[in-house]
Amino acid sequence: METIGSQVILYIIAAVMVIFSVMAVTTKHLLRSATYLLFVLFGTAALYFQLEYEFLGAVQVAVYAGGIVVLFVFSILLTQGLGQNKEKIKVRKLLLALSAAIIGAIVCGYSLLTHIFPNSKYDMGGEITMERVGEDLLGSGQYQYVLPFELISVLLLACIIGGIMIARKR
Amino acid sequence: MDNNLTTMYIYLAISGIMFFAGVYGFIARRNMLAILISLELMLNAVDINFAVFNRYMHPTVLEGYFFTLFAIAIAAAETAIAIAIIINIYRNIKNIKSDSLDKMKN
Amino acid sequence: MDYSYSILILALPLFMFLTLALGGNKMSQKFAGILGTAGLLTIAVLSYMVAFQYFGMDRVDGVRDAEIAYNFEWLSFTDKLTINLGILLDPISVMMLVVITTVSLMVHIYSMGYMHGERGFQRYYAFLSLFTFSMLGLVVATNIFQMYIFWELVGVSSYLLIGFYYTKPSAVSASKKAFIVTRFADLGFLIGILLLSFYTETFSFDQLTAEGGFFLTSTSGATFLGCSVASWAMALIFMGGAGKSAMFPLHIWLPDAMEGPTPVSALIHAATMVVAGVYLVARLFPVYLSVPEVLDLITWVGAITALYAAIVACVQSDIKRVLAFSTISQIAFMIVALGVCTSMVPSEGGLGYMASMFHLFTHAMFKALLFLGAGAVIHAVHSNEMSHMGGLRKYLPITHITFLIACLAIAGIPPFSGFFSKDEILAAAFNKSMFWGVWMTVVAAITAFYMFRLYFGIFWGKEAKHEHTPHESPATMTIPLIILAIVTCVAGFIPFGEFVTSNGEAYHIHLDMTVAVTSVVCAVVAIALATWLFAKPNPKPEKMQAALPNLHKWAYNRFYMDNVYQFITHKIIFACISKPIAWFDRHIIDGTMDMFATVTNSVAEKIKGFQSGKLQMYVWIYIVGAMILAVAAIYTFVK
Repeated sequence: METIGSQVILYIIAAVMVIFSVMAVTTKHLLRSATYLLFVLFGTAALYFQLEYEFLGAVQVAVYAGGIVVLFVFSILLTQGLGQNKEKIKVRKLLLALSAAIIGAIVCGYSLLTHIFPNSKYDMGGEITMERVGEDLLGSGQYQYVLPFELISVLLLACIIGGIMIARKR
Repeated sequence: MDNNLTTMYIYLAISGIMFFAGVYGFIARRNMLAILISLELMLNAVDINFAVFNRYMHPTVLEGYFFTLFAIAIAAAETAIAIAIIINIYRNIKNIKSDSLDKMKN
Repeated sequence: MDYSYSILILALPLFMFLTLALGGNKMSQKFAGILGTAGLLTIAVLSYMVAFQYFGMDRVDGVRDAEIAYNFEWLSFTDKLTINLGILLDPISVMMLVVITTVSLMVHIYSMGYMHGERGFQRYYAFLSLFTFSMLGLVVATNIFQMYIFWELVGVSSYLLIGFYYTKPSAVSASKKAFIVTRFADLGFLIGILLLSFYTETFSFDQLTAEGGFFLTSTSGATFLGCSVASWAMALIFMGGAGKSAMFPLHIWLPDAMEGPTPVSALIHAATMVVAGVYLVARLFPVYLSVPEVLDLITWVGAITALYAAIVACVQSDIKRVLAFSTISQIAFMIVALGVCTSMVPSEGGLGYMASMFHLFTHAMFKALLFLGAGAVIHAVHSNEMSHMGGLRKYLPITHITFLIACLAIAGIPPFSGFFSKDEILAAAFNKSMFWGVWMTVVAAITAFYMFRLYFGIFWGKEAKHEHTPHESPATMTIPLIILAIVTCVAGFIPFGEFVTSNGEAYHIHLDMTVAVTSVVCAVVAIALATWLFAKPNPKPEKMQAALPNLHKWAYNRFYMDNVYQFITHKIIFACISKPIAWFDRHIIDGTMDMFATVTNSVAEKIKGFQSGKLQMYVWIYIVGAMILAVAAIYTFVK
């Protein structure tokens, strides 16, 4: 499975994601921030494709890139006046944020590097067929997920109603 | 070391960097939409971890896969509500700076 | 015999109380008064039915047995020790039923006139019903614990009725005083009950008073401070009775209790509640007989109280207070009569029991009459002070005549009822010893003196100036006076010994001529003295007062008993015990609690910065905290 081509593509995706995720949180323009987020989300979708989770990648593109980012863009345009789309970051906050991020990164990196993983079983899996995804999603047996599926559907309904209730004009 | 495992480390590194970039953004930014964007970054990083561990460690089952799927759905819902709230706040106090939300205090 | 309807005697007044208390404000005053009176009339009729049925019953072996109409288990502590609620009918309880309902009925009728237009009229009738209920429950109690419960209930209703004019500070403090003093006495009562039940394992009167010395055998051997536990228990129980019956030195609440409406004084503080102590001793009489030292104590307490109250009554100027001290004195007569008993058999030294009950009966009638008459006088002149009265016989003819009858009765002049009962008491006292006989005869003479001083002070003597001419009370007030006066005239001829004796056997009352003649002569002399001093305005009383200034002053101030109490409570108990305890409570106990609060407060003050409401700060703390935990976990587990 490990071809040079896919390795190269992975490195490219990785570079893009790292750069854009850092830029998304550091840029002072909100709209740019949202755009960089979009790139990161596309990158995530690409990672899913790399992992041969095509359906997941498709969902990622459809929901995140297609839905959420659009929401972000609209709300940014709604809430940002023309002159005020820049924001300053206070030094104190910056230090706080950096310290939290760096401490976290060090701890996670350390535990990641010291942990000894068992050998990968990557090759045992293959492409996930849509049939399997559908059966698992709507089946009620072991490792099947009809109950969370139903829960999520109710949650989404509640969310729609909630969103309308909160945002509508009184 | 196993080649596959090396690849996995790359994935995990990406997600780690994404996550802590999100942490940084969450704490440092004042604009609530920016905070929300940082939150999305963190969520995505976690999603990637689920998918990667599923793929590399337990490829025969799909637990991480579905977890990611549901997480995406929940993230969508959460974002929708959050944005509704933010817009409502904007309507009331005409800005969305997190530190100007102190009406309920005192 | 079927007495199942007797439950109504308790249920009706309770029902009346609830109805009047909950619905009273919705009713008109007239309706509430008529409702209360009608309810009481029913209860009185029921009580008379019980009395006729009970006393009409044939004797078994010459003895009237006690009937237990109801008795159900209420609380069960152990297999043997249970608290029951029930209705016990025996000669004294049936007699008490008649007394209570009669006087209560009279007071109900009388109050319709006396309390007419008062604020809280409905509340007044509700409280009267509550009192009647409690008092009836007290007398029919089958066991000492039920008695205690109703005992407290009458205390409460007495408290409520003394404090009826709750806007008047003196009434409020009087009600508190009555409640606290009787509560203090009831503490003794309760300890006595507990002692008794601990050793005998029963509350029931049946078993306690059973023949064969059940009580003594179960308490034998246990002693405390040189006296047997039996004596202690019975003395403590008597303490409760002494508190309720206003025996010296626990009498101080009764004169103050006159702050209540006058009909209430007539019902509660003259005729019924205050004799509860006498009733208690009578109820447990067989037990008291087995502890003669306690009986001696009772005699002494009664005798001292009788003399003390009689002397004080001679110089009081508030007519209700004179009557209050007279009540104390008369109840002391009953207590003495019980105390001088030496056996259960009436003809062998047990005469006092019958005499005491007889006097209770007649006293209830004529003292209620006196109080109601005094109420009519107060109603007419709007004052309690004797100096505001005088010469009222012209204006209040009915009140005058009935009051005179009552005075003659209490003075012990034949053929009025008081003569017969007092004569029995004197006979019983002489039976015990010459000393007691003479003592009580002297007290009886003083009684006649102060009653006629009161009588002349109100109805004769110098006429005081009145803002408007006093007029006779309405019919609702005079009719009870007339009824009670008739009862007072004829009650002495009731063959009381046929109904109530210590052992239930019939006893034929015969007058001991020596005693009777002595007491009548003494009374007549005393009355003559009072007439000479008070019937016409003259300077003699002032001269006497001037001749014995200290005695008069001491008696007028009730021998400074209230001041002694004031001293004991304020200077000794409050200053030496309560103040240190209060200090300890405030500074040590409260201080500790306050310290917890202060420390918590200051800590909260310090850490409230964490609760800043700044979400991003929270996240920072959360993440750093999580990382610290992670580091700790790695350090602990991975190595």
